[in-house]
Order: sequence, then structure tokens, then C-alpha cells
Amino acid sequence: MSADASLNQIGAPAVTSSNGTVIDCLINTLHYGDFLALRDTQLSIQKGTITAFIGPSGCGKSTALRCLNRMNDLIRGFRFVGHVLLDGQDIYDHQVDPVAVRRNIGMVFQLPNPFAMSIFKNVAFGLRLNRYKGDVEARVEQALRSAAIWDEVKDKLKNSGLSLSGGQQQRLCIARAIATDPEILLMDEPCSALDPIATRKIEELMFELKKRFTIVIVTHNMDQARRVADKTAFFYVDTRQGRTGYLVEYGDTSQIFENPRDSLTKEYVAGEFS
Amino acid sequence: MSLSDPVAAPVPEPARPRVARLELRRSLRSWRSLFSAAMSALALAMTILALTPLFSVLWMVIVRGGAKLRPSLFIELPPAAGMPGGGIGNAVVGTILMVAIASAIAVPLGILAAVFIGEFAPESRASTAARFAAKILTGMPSILAGVFAYTVVVLATGTFSAWAGGFALAILMVPIVVLTAADAIQGVPRKMREAAIGMGATRSQVVCHVVLPTARPAILTGVMLAVARAAGETAPLLFTALFFDYWPHPPFTEPTSSLAVLIYNFSGVPYPNMVGMAWTAALVLVVLVLATNIIAQVVTGRSEHSR
Ligand SMILES: Nc1ncnc2c1ncn2[C@@H]1O[C@H](COP(=O)(O)OP(=O)(O)O)[C@@H](O)[C@H]1O
Ligand SMILES: [Mg+2]
Repeated sequence: MSADASLNQIGAPAVTSSNGTVIDCLINTLHYGDFLALRDTQLSIQKGTITAFIGPSGCGKSTALRCLNRMNDLIRGFRFVGHVLLDGQDIYDHQVDPVAVRRNIGMVFQLPNPFAMSIFKNVAFGLRLNRYKGDVEARVEQALRSAAIWDEVKDKLKNSGLSLSGGQQQRLCIARAIATDPEILLMDEPCSALDPIATRKIEELMFELKKRFTIVIVTHNMDQARRVADKTAFFYVDTRQGRTGYLVEYGDTSQIFENPRDSLTKEYVAGEFS
Repeated sequence: MSLSDPVAAPVPEPARPRVARLELRRSLRSWRSLFSAAMSALALAMTILALTPLFSVLWMVIVRGGAKLRPSLFIELPPAAGMPGGGIGNAVVGTILMVAIASAIAVPLGILAAVFIGEFAPESRASTAARFAAKILTGMPSILAGVFAYTVVVLATGTFSAWAGGFALAILMVPIVVLTAADAIQGVPRKMREAAIGMGATRSQVVCHVVLPTARPAILTGVMLAVARAAGETAPLLFTALFFDYWPHPPFTEPTSSLAVLIYNFSGVPYPNMVGMAWTAALVLVVLVLATNIIAQVVTGRSEHSR
């Protein structure tokens, strides 16, 4: 399947931000040093939706996600050709400060990574960075409630964030990410280190969060994508030249799973390979 | 044939050979158990051997030093040779003063250097060189620090002083602080840095709000090691602060006495009063270092309520 075909399936590229588009992302090429990690990927993310990135491991899901808040800038040898329009503004423009970009986009990582400080301070961290002048305690409580962890931690806000269980830590990280009220929440396999019950909790939480945030989630779990996502992007690895990832198909979750246009997508969602 | 059939002759169940049973009980006579017991005993013996001199020194210091301990010791000046009475007050103050000066120089300097080595350019040539230099410096004979400070401060200012002494001690402290703090900083998990960067923290915010607070307990340990070393050093002070029979007073540009040098001076004289005072000074020095340690733990433990 050619790259052009995959681009055509997405529909007309929206260069100007249309009504519901929050992020318009075009990755022509993305290198780590000499390694072409991702190519020919274009997708636009709609406000108030959950978008899932699925695909086999190593196909560049995390790479694509980390493009959206310039986290890849930290990796030595990272080179990017394309654009990521956030509300119509290219975040890769030379005049844009990546720090400012990241303050408007929350991120939740694969492994829970609370700071070695109290639960309260963990959540207040972003507020402190932004020199938030209002009622910090109220904001912290609100964020912990939104992350569905308030009842479990309200009596031990002074305890270390590291003293919580894995699932609680991940919800603490979600609280920390949403405390500053970002427009977008990026989640990179947030449940992969969690047990099924904790995973369910986070999935339920995402439905709530969707009302306030636009969510992009990477998952290797197709059922999870089917359960939570409005839109799904399927990435695959092209093994002909190196191991370059690319976007195969992007569309409504129901369409991707029930009526895939691409044969690769069809095989993948049918579980014929992983 | 069914098992419940009473008429059928009991079919002898093929007896499981006993030998095949798993041997799970611990056998005290096996080679493995004997070896393990012997190694445990050896390790215990070596621990006792290693700790014996340590505890006997401590014991001697407590017994001999404690014998002459009285409050007036801390408010009186050293006696003239052969005279009764007197105290070590000025030496206590001098030691605290010079270690404070040394810490004020070495701790910020050492931590900043460690931030560079451990955080900003961990793989650069400059860091490798700095780390190597620090390692060499920790093994440097302390008298060299004294000679260096003598040349740089004493000769330049024309006087022995608490400043020169503090400077010499700082030279000894810096490499210890640098190495322990750099290790502590590098020990902060990468995922915590990523979390902070993902929240939109700048590089300096990552260092100040995440890396240093997380590394603080380990850095503190290094600082305390350095303080303990500086407090007990004699040689560098002989070249820089010398000894003085009076109280140190601002601007501290006179020779300054210290516990370490007092012990050195008094332990070799034929007057029992002064020899006893040297023992007491040793005890006071040990307690002083211990107290600094505990205070530091309590203070930093309280400001970070992570437990
Ligand atoms: N920091 C990095 N440096 C070099 N190559 C990387 C780096 N991170 C990821 N890659 C490579 O980029 C490709 C895509 O990785 P990634 O985006 O993590 O895949 P996924 O999240 O889909 O499993 C992989 O081949 C991986 O080896
Ligand atoms: Mg990944």
C-alpha cells in the first residue's frame, strides 16, 4: 500500500483549523539520527473527542504522540519535517517556545511517574510552574476529584505520591496533568502497567474527562481503543526499508473496527497478527 | 474394576519407591549447609574484627574525655603550660566557625558543579574531567590543601586567619560534595524529569523543583561526610589558622584555634591537665559532628513531608 493511498483515505487535509479541529498534524518524515522512524502521517484531532493510536509495537505510536507536545525535542538526533497546528498555530515554528506548548498540553506516561514529593505537591506542581495566583488547595482538590482519586487520598495528602499503588499513582499523574486545565491530554499507554480493575477505572475516568479535554491515547490494546475511542488511527511498520512506521488508516472507531478500508487494518483488527 | 467393590481382592497399589520422594528438609550435614554456616561465621568474625578498633577508640574517647567534662570547659580559654584549670571554649568556637566558612564555600560550589556534571552535561568531556579531578582530590593528602591555602590566602593577606582555615577545609570538602551530589542527581529517575518537562518545566525548574529535592537526602549525606572530615582535619589548619589563646572575634583575621589543632598540641605535652583536655576535646568533636548530622536530618526531614 502506498503512502499516497493512506493519505487519501484521511480525506481532505485541513490546513486551516476548521470548526472542531484542535490539532492538525502532518508528519512528512521524522528521524532519530539516521533512522527514519515515521513518515507520511496526517491526522486531525477533533475537540472533545478521544482519539486512539493503535498498531504493533515499534510502529511509532509514541513517537507520533510525543510530536504533539514536542517531547521528542529532548531526544538527540530528532529531526522533523511537517507541521503540527495547535489551534491553527504551528508548534514547530521557530518562534514557538516548546515549554509554552507543553504547558497547554498535559501528558500521562506509560509508567506512572509521580514526583518524590507529597500527593498535594504533585498535583500543585503545574500550578506552581505557572505561578497560579488563585486558590491552590481548591484546584488540587478539584483535580483529584476529576481524576477519581480524591476519596482515596483526601486524608493523606501529605503522604508521598510514591506510597500509592500503581493504579492510584497513574490517577495521581492524571490529576497532576489536568490541574492546570490543559486543552489537550496525551496518554501514552496509560494502563499498560496496571491491573484490569485499575484499567477499568482509568477508562471510566476518560469518559468523564472527555467532557472537558480532548484526549489522545496510545494503546496496544484494541479492546481498549474500541471501548473508549471516538476516532482510531492505525499505524503499521513498513519493513521494506528499515522499520519505518506510518499511518495506515484513520477514521471513526466503529469504521476502523467494523468496516476497515485497508487490508492491513482488516487483518490487524481481526487479530491475525500483532 | 471399581474401587468400591468389596469383594474384589485389594489390588496392591504399586508402592511409590521411597527414594523418589522429594527431599525438602534441610540437612544440616550437607556440604551446602556447612559451607553456608562457615561463611556466616566468618563474616561475623570479620565484622567484629573491623569494628573492634572503632569501638575501642570511641570507648577510650568517652571514658577519658568524659572524665574531665565540665561546663566551665566551654567558657574558658586554654591554660598556660603547666597551669591548672582552663578550657577549650575558643577551640569549639573556632572549629564551628571554620567549618561553617568551609561549608558556605563548598556546599553551594559543590552542588552547582554536581548539577553540571550530573544533569546538564553528564556525558561531556568537561564532566568526565571534573569527575576525575574530584576523585583525585578526595585522595589528596590534606596537608596539600593546607599548603595551597597558605600560599593563596595566608601569604596574600599576610596573616593566619579563620578565613584561611575555612578555605583550606573547603578544598577538602568540595570533591566529597561534588561526587556524592553528582551521583545523587544522576540517581533521580529519568521518568520524573520527563514528567516535569511534560508539564512545561524549564530546565532550571526541573533541577530546582524536581531533581534537587529528590536527590536531597543523598546530597545531605555527602555534605555531612564532608563536614565530618573537615571538622577532624588538623594538618591544613596548622598552615592556615594555626592556634590562638584567645577567642575568635570579627573580622576573624587573627590565628584561630580549633579542636583538632588543640588535640594535636595538647596530647604531646607532659602536663596531665592538658592531656586530659585533649581527650575531652576529642569527645566534644565527636559529639559536635554527631549533633550536626542529627540536626541536618531533622531540619531537612521536616521541610519535606514526603513520609
Ligand atoms: N529515543 C529514541 N532514539 C532512537 N530511536 C527511537 C527512540 N525512541 C523510539 N525509537 C524508535 O522509533 C521507532 C518507533 O518507536 P515508538 O514510537 O516508541 O513505537 P511504539 O510506541 O509504537 O511502540 C522504534 O523503531 C524505536 O526503536
Ligand atoms: Mg510506545
